[in-house]
Amino acid sequence: MPQVTLTVNGTSHTVEVEGRTLLVELLREKLRLTGTHVGCDTSQCGACVVHVNGESVKSCTMLALQADGGEVTTIEGLAKPDGTLHPMQEAFREYHALQCGFCTPGMVMSAIDLVQKHPQGMSEKEIREGLEGNLCRCTGYHNIVKAIAAAQEVMHGRRAELAPAAE
Amino acid sequence: MYDFAYHKPTTVADAVKILSADPDARPISGGQTLLPALKHRLNKPTAVVDLSGIAELKGIRREGDKLVIGALAKHGEVANSPEVQAAIPALAQMASTIGDTQVRNRGTIGGSVSNNDPAADYPAAVLGLDATVVTDKRRIAADDFFQGMFTTALEPGELLVAIEFPIPEKAGYAKMRNPASRYVMAGVFVAKTKSGVRVVVNGAGPGVFRQAEMEKALAANWSADAVAGIKQAPDELNGDIHGSAEYRAHLVTVMAKRAVANAG
Amino acid sequence: MNVVTPFEGIGASVKRKEDLRFLSGRGQYTDDINRPGQTYAHILRSPHAHAAIKGIDTTAAKAMPGVVAIFTGADMQGIGGLPCGWQIHNKDGSPMAEPPHPVLAQGKVRFVGDAVAAVIATTRAAARDAAEAIEVEYEVLPAVATMEAALAPGAPAVHEGVAGNVCYDWHIGDPAVNAAAFQGAHKVVEFELVNNRLVPNAMEPRAAIGDFDPTTGDYTLYTTSQNPHVIRLLMGAFVLQLPEHKLRVVAPDVGGGFGSKIFHYAEEAIVTWAAGKIARPVKWTADRTESFVTDAHGRDHVTKARLALDAEGRFLALHVQTLANMGAYLSTFSTSVPTYLYATLLAGVYTTPTVYAEVKAVFTNTVPVDAYRGAGRPEATFLLERLVDVAAREMGMDRIEIRRRNFIPADAFPYQTPVALQYDSGDYEATLQEALKVSGWDGFEARRAEAKARGKLRGIGISTYLEACGIAPSAVVGALGARAGLYEVGTIRVHPTGSVTVLTGTHSHGQGHETTLAQLVTDRLGVPLAQVDIVHGDTAKIPFGMGTYGSRSLAVGGSAMVKAMDKIVAKARRIAAHLMEASVEDVEFDRGTFRVAGTDKTKSWGEICLTAYVPHNYPIEEIEPGLDETAFYDPKNFTYPGGCHICEVEIDPDTCQVEVVNFTAVDDVGRVINPMIVEGQVQGGVAQGIGQALLETAVYDESGQLLSASFMDYQMPRANDLPPVSVATHTTLCTHNPLGVKGCGEVGAIGSPPAVINAVVDALRDFGVRHIEMPATPAKIWGIIHAGQRLAAE
Repeated sequence: MPQVTLTVNGTSHTVEVEGRTLLVELLREKLRLTGTHVGCDTSQCGACVVHVNGESVKSCTMLALQADGGEVTTIEGLAKPDGTLHPMQEAFREYHALQCGFCTPGMVMSAIDLVQKHPQGMSEKEIREGLEGNLCRCTGYHNIVKAIAAAQEVMHGRRAELAPAAE
Repeated sequence: MYDFAYHKPTTVADAVKILSADPDARPISGGQTLLPALKHRLNKPTAVVDLSGIAELKGIRREGDKLVIGALAKHGEVANSPEVQAAIPALAQMASTIGDTQVRNRGTIGGSVSNNDPAADYPAAVLGLDATVVTDKRRIAADDFFQGMFTTALEPGELLVAIEFPIPEKAGYAKMRNPASRYVMAGVFVAKTKSGVRVVVNGAGPGVFRQAEMEKALAANWSADAVAGIKQAPDELNGDIHGSAEYRAHLVTVMAKRAVANAG
Repeated sequence: MNVVTPFEGIGASVKRKEDLRFLSGRGQYTDDINRPGQTYAHILRSPHAHAAIKGIDTTAAKAMPGVVAIFTGADMQGIGGLPCGWQIHNKDGSPMAEPPHPVLAQGKVRFVGDAVAAVIATTRAAARDAAEAIEVEYEVLPAVATMEAALAPGAPAVHEGVAGNVCYDWHIGDPAVNAAAFQGAHKVVEFELVNNRLVPNAMEPRAAIGDFDPTTGDYTLYTTSQNPHVIRLLMGAFVLQLPEHKLRVVAPDVGGGFGSKIFHYAEEAIVTWAAGKIARPVKWTADRTESFVTDAHGRDHVTKARLALDAEGRFLALHVQTLANMGAYLSTFSTSVPTYLYATLLAGVYTTPTVYAEVKAVFTNTVPVDAYRGAGRPEATFLLERLVDVAAREMGMDRIEIRRRNFIPADAFPYQTPVALQYDSGDYEATLQEALKVSGWDGFEARRAEAKARGKLRGIGISTYLEACGIAPSAVVGALGARAGLYEVGTIRVHPTGSVTVLTGTHSHGQGHETTLAQLVTDRLGVPLAQVDIVHGDTAKIPFGMGTYGSRSLAVGGSAMVKAMDKIVAKARRIAAHLMEASVEDVEFDRGTFRVAGTDKTKSWGEICLTAYVPHNYPIEEIEPGLDETAFYDPKNFTYPGGCHICEVEIDPDTCQVEVVNFTAVDDVGRVINPMIVEGQVQGGVAQGIGQALLETAVYDESGQLLSASFMDYQMPRANDLPPVSVATHTTLCTHNPLGVKGCGEVGAIGSPPAVINAVVDALRDFGVRHIEMPATPAKIWGIIHAGQRLAAE
């Protein structure tokens, strides 16, 4: 069986896989990192989004072997070791941007890449367009958009702390 | 997915060798089209040949009055490339609307053009800009390259290496997306090039095609008004649960006007 | 003990307790659970809508690597079919047709996706590989993919012995009174419409793991369910004949339900039964393609209606005939949806004196149809609110005025409708006024003109609606054919140090129960939110429960908790009275403090809790130690949330795309426990309503193949398909439950579709459009505009 060596959330792993093993299967089934979810089989829902070498990818649409030598970050790797949440995680909590939580890991990983790709900041419309690769059935996206808008201010250093949600 | 062997050659020659020796081997780069198809077990390759380690296939560069884009250029790279943005802004804009962010982070121009999905974006630009497809064996003019749905002039084992885009005087693109899949439902790429005006329709039919009547009209008068009255015949167009051939034909005119407007 | 801040109790937008685990990737959804020695099931499904199975050869498949076992219908003979939970009676009093629903096909398949065989193997891929090696010989039979085809004379029978493919022919109301009211009417508005078929598409695909302990004979099923006790009851008693004490059902974190995870599905029975057969755990997880062809679909009605009005626009009578698609088999609550959850709502918020409705439920060779967010009530609301708009136009009346003229006035409650329900409270004028104000209704014509200048067609639409939820009074639904009670159960387990664990029979799959229900405890007992945990979703932990659907968790489950807390407080006061040497009647309790009335003698919550568990100084002759109380609460009535939704759209006349540019929802959901969560529920519901109105539809071809069988063809609402949704609440209290709550889970999906379509029709008013079916896609609108232009040209 072929082997793949990759770094996931800072830890190096060497794992035996089949040629057909998807990155998401490696994460969920071999490494038991079950925070990354699978919500469809046509590469559209985005529940499986992780970062590979700093960019968001759909881990259901990448072979595990294609990640050989790569750096992978999953939802489990976002918070600091002391438990401090990433500003995007914190914003999702503050703005009630999740309900059932299933799309959330992929949504958060996509949102972080989106913010990183737009250092000048995004309007509400741009955020909505940028979320094209992620489906959420619970929230109607309203609060997700607000959370990302708030998180980008912190991620770009324009605010030291997250703006609180209005009561 | 059925299981398969996985190869990751580092040269075009090695890749071609594997692909030529095994007609059931398939090249993969971003895999954004191939992997969904494999997941649904729509085909059963014996091996996939990962091209992503081949340096010869990479890079975006200006060569005189041409823009040369390597097969492995990802949609996101094309969209954000200062060279592309300066030389052919319509191409950068098109790339920025392919799929979603994650698709653009993985999918490549070589994969898209080789696959020739009728609902893909890039084939319209390749044909519209009168580009040349460079393979490991030869150079193929865009007019000869696209041969209908999922069919190209590429021979078994032949690998797309780069695409050379002549820099046009003007070019523009507009599309209506399929509301569900977000692939192209009807799109039009227009360009004023050294070899003349080209108007290419994608998404609406079984493959990209040139719209001769609109080309003629725009050659005489480069304006949205010039194409506004030209109706696309619906006969050869696609009809499905998202829209009839007649609706798509209507959209062709709408998108042609918008493409001209986008071209400036 | 800490003093509770009022900011954690009822009315506070506290952040959700469950979020940290979801945001850290530590949720435990069914597919995240792995059992030692686990195997994987792949279900081989019918590619045909209707076929006889002439033979199944599993020989080659059984020899494939990794295969542990293969089961077909032949192996499951003697296993009961999947039961239907609600028996409807025909007009003549006879019971509905209730054909068997086998777990694995017995000789015939009746829809594309029907389960034919289960392959159990050591990996997911091996199971799927082997399934492809099974040879099934089908004799393809003619199929009926639509109700029209199913009802045609001589149509092929979906089930032997079900004449004309009719499951039931039911009615409600008095036909003679109704007919008489149409005589003398100033105007009768006739209208036909379709309520489009939807695929629920919770983001988490269904999954199930069966586990069996051969040493004890105990079975465990982990499953993506909204109601684990219901699954235990149905599967244990009716399908596998396993007694409750030998069957544990766990519904861990569940990634959305929207109704589709209420029902007992074949795969749950298959993995549980197979785990016993092979004495190894068996896991099955749907891929999205399977979800499309096996999760129960929603809606799918065709309706003809007539509304009689007097010269002033008052509604005199409503007559409704509806065909409701059941699909190929009766899913768990399918039969109740187009009857008691639909026709009983046809009075709406109006004083229509007589309503008569006939509903014919029809079998077709399609996926079973059952409850989907709102279930029956969106269908009733869409019909009424479109009909009222059409009536207004045909009477030459203002859309708001015709509604006002027919509203049930705020002082008319309790209000008995002609279709069985008695509304307890509401104020439709108040929610209307608020919505008109928030939406800027009065300034609309200026916005329409401004849009026109930009080349856009702008329209505005309104819906004033109510729904019945908080289901349900057991005796009432029992009399109507329900085969279960619909009470709820809550246990308040107070620990010696005063912290609290709540066991609830409701289930959270996104609603935020771990927060909202904890707020009830904080508010009543004064225990800080951090010291209250909510446990749900495990039949081994929770005494009993009917689960979460029909916006019932707070109204019924929360009320059960209140009753249990009443018992806790009563007992704690007796302990406090003993410690303070006072009479029980003199002991007051207010959020954490027991006080002898009129004195400064107090005992804290913590002291009483400790005393209950360390009963050294204790009235042991009178009361038992401990503070742990359970209550069952059976509601006295349904609850009746309602309100007003206003939608504003712009249509691009070139592409005919509709953009929702403004959406206002003002809802009366009763007392609001957590405004942040209520807003989120409404926003999500509205998104699904806009999805139904503009984007989503399940389409079958004539042969019974589902054409919209993936996200490539079924348009899920994306972020840029939706507007920001402005949500407000206006409260009238429910009069019959202790919390005054009504429910907020479904209002968004119920009130919104007609508001959207009314707006689209308004935008297209210059094209002579009377109605447009959902979803109002660009292609459909183009057809209308195109036809309109052609008409004008001719």
